[in-house]
Amino acid sequence: MQRQSLFLKMTATLGFIFLYAPLIALIVYSFNKSKLVTVWGGWSLKWYGELFRNEQIIDAALLSLKIAFISASLAVVLGTIAGLVLSRFGNFRGKLILSGWITAPLVMPEVITGLSLLLLFVAMEGAFGWPAGRGIGTIIIAHTTFCMAYVAVVVQSRLSQLDDTLEEAAMDLGAKPASLFFLVTLPLIKPALISGWLLSFTLSLDDLVIASFVSGPGNSTLPMLIFSKVRLGVSPEVNALATIMIAVVALGVFAAILQMRRQIRLTVAANQA
Amino acid sequence: MSIQTGAAWVDFASSRLARYKLFNGVNWGRFAVISVPTLWLGIFFFVPFLVVFKISLSESAIAIPPYTSLLDWDLEEAYINIKLNLGNYLYLFEDTFYLEAYLSSVKIAVISTFFTLLIGFPIAYLIARSKPSTRTLLLSLVILPFWTSFLLRVYAWMGLLKKNGIVNEFLLNIGIIEQPLTMLQTDFAVYIGIVYTYLPFMILPLYTALEKMDMTLLEAAEDLGARPSISFFLITVPMAVPGIIAGCLLVFIPAVGEFVIPALLGGSDTLMIGRVLWDEFFLNRDWPMASTVAIVMLVVLVLPIMLIRNSQGKEEGV
Repeated sequence: MQRQSLFLKMTATLGFIFLYAPLIALIVYSFNKSKLVTVWGGWSLKWYGELFRNEQIIDAALLSLKIAFISASLAVVLGTIAGLVLSRFGNFRGKLILSGWITAPLVMPEVITGLSLLLLFVAMEGAFGWPAGRGIGTIIIAHTTFCMAYVAVVVQSRLSQLDDTLEEAAMDLGAKPASLFFLVTLPLIKPALISGWLLSFTLSLDDLVIASFVSGPGNSTLPMLIFSKVRLGVSPEVNALATIMIAVVALGVFAAILQMRRQIRLTVAANQA
Repeated sequence: MSIQTGAAWVDFASSRLARYKLFNGVNWGRFAVISVPTLWLGIFFFVPFLVVFKISLSESAIAIPPYTSLLDWDLEEAYINIKLNLGNYLYLFEDTFYLEAYLSSVKIAVISTFFTLLIGFPIAYLIARSKPSTRTLLLSLVILPFWTSFLLRVYAWMGLLKKNGIVNEFLLNIGIIEQPLTMLQTDFAVYIGIVYTYLPFMILPLYTALEKMDMTLLEAAEDLGARPSISFFLITVPMAVPGIIAGCLLVFIPAVGEFVIPALLGGSDTLMIGRVLWDEFFLNRDWPMASTVAIVMLVVLVLPIMLIRNSQGKEEGV
């Protein structure tokens, strides 16, 4: 038993090294003075300066943040409704179809989703004149569609873990469906909504393939710009940008862990009392 | 009417999930709530596939949009002409290029899925066996890279695998190799990229399955004289099968259609169907052919997608 667990620990450690080594290398080399990305020329913040002076990157980043914010918010509304319908509405006609449409976008290859949405937009424009041209609007619709599937899954799993006695009690006391939802269910699933929003925000911020298909000329999102830069080779500015993004995510995740740990400790303490 | 109402009440009382059914009498509210997400997904997820299918049957043309229409009519001459062009499909099966691209995508996806499982299993196992407090930390460590940009995680490997990259420098310095290895722009780099970026999708379902396992089974096996390796293969692995299936599908399906990884890490000879579709669309501007490639890819993937829907249960989702 001892030997097995040593072996296990070693493989798992190697696994974690595999997960983190590339990110750490990226971070270290973002502080490299040398222009040749892999030759070490001493520590420097030079590339961060270059990054913030590069208006093209700043514009693309702002565009991407705007799209991500709007798409994530829309996706939370639509995804919550879908999750609620699937887990609390009993049986209804079309339930199988809806649950299929919720799962499929999660695994669908992005090239297919991107191409099919673009062709839809073109066909719709031909038939009804809407959407006129492609750009921010069409990217938002595309991102909302695949993000709402993620939100629906998160909400659904939260609802299935949830003890429904509170909702039952509210019903017994005569709450109407709308007030039942806004006063009881919604506060209970708030954590799922927050993580669903954050997940959607990151997914939208990160999407290259779908945005490339459905965006119009002159609307380069941040991933599209990064892709066109790194296709030609490694770029120190992109390393700096990556480091900033990793730092933001790491801070967020660690804050979440601290919060969760405190909660676990409290539960353990409560169970001991 | 009263029988129906009575039945509704029985239904309500018996089904724990039927709470929102109360307003069954005035079905409109319920109907509207169901319609919103269904309509959205119908229009923006399902209908697009019909459009893709339609355009796969048209011909490429120099026009805006660049394809011919299937229907044309002339009211004065009183005719409607429906023209379905199967040429794209025939071409796809005649030209071995496409067939090779499909086969090579499936091959690359299968091999990468296997290695993802091989690396993911010990990590998931270790997390499932650790104390609850460490468990949260380890799980977050697995998920954290998933929250950072996919594109940048693929990009990170470019700097590592380059000819004068970090891995080569390291191997040269410790004297394992004399000449730098060519790793970037090979299939090897594509495998690494897929395993690396999809690892969390494998670990999470595996962890869910392993965490549910009853540990007393292993104790019982040990008491009865089974060696750890025997009980691992006879008890632990079979118990993890649902997680293995879910994890493998979650990696395999998107890997088949992957574009970014072969584009950045693969060589010009790395054939993957996602890249073929991209090039048909963006370089050749042949929308009908790109649609045909997409439809055939969907047909290849429809079975695994149905499987994932059935195995998905509730918890497996990320």
